[in-house]
Formats: sequence, structure tokens, C-alpha cells
Amino acid sequence: MRVGLFVTCLVDLMRPSIGFAALKLLEDAGCEVVVPATQTCCGQPGWNSGDRKSARELAGKLIAEFDDCPYVVVPSGSCAGMIRVHFPEVFAGEPGMRARAERLAARTYELTEFLTKVAHRPKVSASLEGTVTYHDSCSGLRELGVKAGPRQLLAKVTGLKLVEMEECETCCGFGGTFSIKFGEISAEMAERKCVHIAASGARAVVLGDLGCMLNIEGRLRRRGDTGTRVLHVAEVLAGEA
Amino acid sequence: MRAQSMHFKPRAAAALGNETLQSNLKKFNSTGFTALRAGAVAEFGAGLFEILRGEGAAIRDRALANLDAWIERFESEAMRRGATVLFAETREEACGLLLDICRRHGVRKAIKSKSMLSEEAGVNEALEAAGVTPVETDLGEYILQLAGEPPSHIIAPALHKNMREVADLFESRHRTPRKSDIPLMTREAREVLRGHFLSADLGLSGGNFLIAESGSGVIVTNEGNGRMVTTLPRVHVCLTGIEKVIPTLEDFATLLRLLTRSATGQPISNYVSLFTGPRGALDRDGPEHMYFILVDAGRTGLVGGAMQEMLRCIRCGACMNHCPVYRAVGGHSYGWVYPGPMGSVLTPSYLGLENALDLPHAATLCGACSVACPVKIPLPELLRDLRQQQVERGLRPRGERLAVRAWAWTALHPRLYALATGLAARCLRLLGGRNGSIAILPFGREWTRARYFPAPKSGRTFRALYALRRNRGQTTVSRSNRG
Repeated sequence: MRVGLFVTCLVDLMRPSIGFAALKLLEDAGCEVVVPATQTCCGQPGWNSGDRKSARELAGKLIAEFDDCPYVVVPSGSCAGMIRVHFPEVFAGEPGMRARAERLAARTYELTEFLTKVAHRPKVSASLEGTVTYHDSCSGLRELGVKAGPRQLLAKVTGLKLVEMEECETCCGFGGTFSIKFGEISAEMAERKCVHIAASGARAVVLGDLGCMLNIEGRLRRRGDTGTRVLHVAEVLAGEA
Repeated sequence: MRAQSMHFKPRAAAALGNETLQSNLKKFNSTGFTALRAGAVAEFGAGLFEILRGEGAAIRDRALANLDAWIERFESEAMRRGATVLFAETREEACGLLLDICRRHGVRKAIKSKSMLSEEAGVNEALEAAGVTPVETDLGEYILQLAGEPPSHIIAPALHKNMREVADLFESRHRTPRKSDIPLMTREAREVLRGHFLSADLGLSGGNFLIAESGSGVIVTNEGNGRMVTTLPRVHVCLTGIEKVIPTLEDFATLLRLLTRSATGQPISNYVSLFTGPRGALDRDGPEHMYFILVDAGRTGLVGGAMQEMLRCIRCGACMNHCPVYRAVGGHSYGWVYPGPMGSVLTPSYLGLENALDLPHAATLCGACSVACPVKIPLPELLRDLRQQQVERGLRPRGERLAVRAWAWTALHPRLYALATGLAARCLRLLGGRNGSIAILPFGREWTRARYFPAPKSGRTFRALYALRRNRGQTTVSRSNRG
């Protein structure tokens, strides 16, 4: 099974290890993984800032880069949501490009979604001792319906015990440019998330999106919590946490 | 109501520092309407409720697709049953029509049940200026009238006030000994209001729906004040937006199921009042004169445009109850009548994009509002569309537009992008120091106001590391081939 890996701009810059963890998981699942070398950003910053032109250009670039991949996998619910839900909207009124965007949308998956729904019987040979809690990222959950997948996969990790925190589906306050336009509100929302994480008693919070990861980790450390780990689900599943 | 919608950010900052508000919001968030709604949806059956939401959206769309025709039908049915139907294009016209009615019937005192449109139009101020005393009779609205404050939630208007503040208010305004528990305070308010109910000349209500086939108005309430406002005084005026019209009573039954469950988690509210014309010859109660004032005030401007879906709104408040931003900053931050996600769409739509620049951006686009909305309004899509309109009209700050363009332009040039991100990765890693946290982020101080910025773990990008690994892999292969 040939799979194109779109690592996303935030993983590329901030946490390359997550990209390699995703690569390993896909290869372990028997996929032939292609990583287009020119990939950059899906265009979401432009799309959510009202700059349709920027979004359109970057969406067009990504569509061309992954044109020959039967599947495209993204270790982020937010960027996968951008491709699957919003790319066709970006090209509203351009039938040719819209059709290409729809074809790409139909074969694009968030990582845990791909592992549980497409690559049957994914191998998880990782272990992680202790209790973790899972934060459902907004786009993954509400645009793509990613909910059971990461939990099913985490259940296969030796030694790992999942406890649910309160309001695991509530936004952490990142919201892309929201986090730098309304820093105070954004940090207050992250604070509330941190309170729920702490109350769960988990030693780590696991999630599937870099934005939430930076936001939650940034607030945890600022409030003096240096113990609670913030882990991407790919790192945990690949045994690299 | 004077709009303060240009000042979202400073108002939100004040709200975050307001201890009473924060403590009220905390209670509201953990035991409030969201939990009640979730319970009601589970009891109804989550799958069935989804079907009902689809029905609700379809009913509203049907009405909006032929809004003019349904309004005409409503008008003729209501008139046939003895009501007078008046139309106002603007909020000022609505106040003018109401004052005409007051003059015609010699009105000195008007009692009100909850009406958001009356907040939009500033009805209380207009009545006072004309020498008519308005008295709010919804308990929350009554408290706010005494306090001289606007509502902060569309169905729980006094959400921002606590018991102590209300006790102070009643003590000073009613001139009675201070009460320290809620039932006693409620009783005191009832006793004061009872006199107003009996002495008022006019009752002013809002309207949750207008039913075209019967010419009826509907209000959905819990306190019983609405029933008295619409039946006791000799004149009843229903003031509402033209978009509230729905075709049939059957449609109303469907929407009522959605409305109360979405708003307060109730299968049905304590009172559902349908009013169809004035008191008839055989009726034992009801007003002698019945008026509808149907207000446009920007509604028709939305028909046929990108914001039309917003007109489906049935004013349940679920979007704000589920909005993590509203839950952090409360309703007054939004600066006009409608707070939360629905307000962030309605305020710029009704008052002008340039008069609410922050509102379409005051959302993380998390989608919690649209999945809770009983009539499936795609609120994040509408907010995104408003952001686009701002950019197209040149209403965003130059720096912001340039930053987005520069990011996109760099990302379109992979080699340049690799250089830039490679440099950024190294710099950020250096800034992070030994513990990997950046306390003050250059070019991103807003981020680090109350958060650190976690630094990159590796000083290199994934793409650089992947290229290295590929090259090394190929070298290994070619060496082994040679061997």
C-alpha cells in the first residue's frame, strides 16, 4: 500500500521526531511511504485568516505534490481536516480544481484514523508504564470524527492505562492565529485544560495535534508543572515516548 | 442599545479579571445548561435528536426560502383574527410604532416579558423618553433593569451577577430589609411585580415564533410572567424579527422540541403561550387590542447572501453555552445584544463589518457551537466567511495581512522555506535554553503573556533530517552493492 506522508509544517519545524514516529508506524503497518520533499504547509493559516488567495495557492501546491499517492496520511487532525473538509471549499467555483481537491479529500486520513480504518491490524509493539489521559483535538474530533481510533490504539500499548479527564472534548484554546491574537483568553482556556489534566491524575496527556501540544505544554510549564508529559499519539504508539 | 462591539479585547481582559463573573461562569460551565442539554439529548436518543436537528434546519430553510410569502400569509391570518400587523424597517421605526400605540391607547406603564429585539432597539429608553414607564418582568431582566445593565446571556440574562449583588440591589431599590436566600428574594420580586402586572396599560412581549397558517405568535418561557404580560393589560404588543415566521403549527411542534432541550435541557418549558388575535367575544381573558410589530433591522439584507443560514437561529443559546471563549469571557465582552458565536455573526452582519472587527476572530473555530446548534447553523464557516470579507474590504491590519502573505509566499518556495525554517529551528532551540521553554517569544509576545513557548527539540527540521537519512541510506546501499 503506497502512502504519502504529509508531516505538516509544525511537525517539520517543532517536533521532527513525530514525523519519524508516523513514518515508522506506517512502515510497520506494511505501507510503502512516500514523503514528497517539497511539502510545506496546507494553507490553513491563510484560510482561517480570511486570505483565500494564500490558501488557494498552498492547497494547489499540496494537491499536485500528492497527486500520485493512493492514500495521504497526516499526523494532525487539524491539517487532515483542512485537506478533507476545506480543500473542496477553497476551490468553490473552479470545477476542475474542485474535483481534484475532492479526490484528494477522499483519500486523506488522520494518522490514527488510517491505522484503525485502512491499515487493518496495525502492529503496536510499544510500551509506556503509567496513566495517561487523551485530549481530543477539535478538528480531528468534530470535522473527521476521530474519537475511538486513538483510544483503541493506545489500549494496545503495554503498561499504559488510559483515564479520561473531564471535558476532554473542549478546545484547549490554541485555535491557530487565535492564540496570538487573543493571548490572554487563549492561555485562560489552556489553563482550564491543565486543571482537568491535573485532576485526572495522569502522568502524561496524549493528543494528536501539534498546536494543542505547544499550547498545553506551554501553559503546563508556565504554571510550574514540569512533571506532566505532553505526548503526540504517534510517539507513544511508535515506542518513542 | 449602544454597541461596544469594537472593544472586544479590552472588555474580555476586564472580564477575565472580574472575580464574580469568573466564579459564576465556573459554576455555569460545570453544572449549567450544557450538562442539562446533554442529559435531555441522551434521554431523547442521540440518533433521534440528530434527525430532529435536520428537520429543524429544513423547516427554517423552507420558511426563509419564501420569507416574503410566509410573512404575507402570517399577516393576513393574524389580521383575519383581529390583530394589527405593523412592519418596521429599522429599530428606530419599531420604537416609533410602539410609541404611536402607547399614545393611541393612553399608555402610562408598559410591562415587558423578555424580548431581545427590544434590547436591539433600545425600547426601554424610548419608552422612558416618551413618559411611559417600562417594567421588565422576567426575573433576570428585572434585576438588570434595577442595576442598569444589559443582559450577558440571551436566556440567562443576569448570569454575571451573584446572589450578594442581587441582595444589595433589592435592599437599596425596594427599600426592604436585606434578604439572604434566593426563594425570599424571588418572593420579594414577585410581590413588587404583582402590582405592576395589575396596573399596566400595555404588555410588550417578544416572539419566539410566528406561525403563518394561524397568524399566532408564540413565546416559550419558564416564569409565567410572559403569560401575564400577554393576557392582563388591555393592549398586547408582540415585538419580534420578521425572520421568526414558520409555516405551520406542526413545524412549531418540531422546533419546540429542539428549542427547550437545546436551551435548558427541558423536554418542554413551564409555559408555552400562543396568542392569536385579541380577546374574542367568548374569551374570559386576553387583551382588547393585539399588535404585532415585525422588525427587519438588517434581516432581509442577509437573505440570499452568505449569512442566510444565520437567520435559521431560534435563540436557544446553545452556541454560547458550548463556546469555550464565551465560557471564559462572558457575554458583556461581545459588546452588543447577542454574545457568543451567534453574536459574532449577527453583530457584524447587523451593525456593519467595520463595527465589530474582532468578533469574527474571537473564536478558535473549534466547532462546539455548530454541533450543538439545533438548526445546524455552520457558525465556524460563517465566521470564516466574515474574516474573508474583512480581508477583501481591507479591514484587517496591514501587518497581519502581510504576515499571512509572507508565510504563504515562503511556503510556496520550498527551498527558501527550508532555509527559513532551518534557521528558525536553530534560533528557537537556542532561545529555549536547557529546559526547552521560551519565556518571551520575539514576534510572539501575545503567546508568552501567560504561557511559555516550547522550543524545538532538534535544531533541524524534519525535511532536513529525512533528506540526511535518505542520503545515508543510499550510501549504505551503494557500498553494500560494491562489496
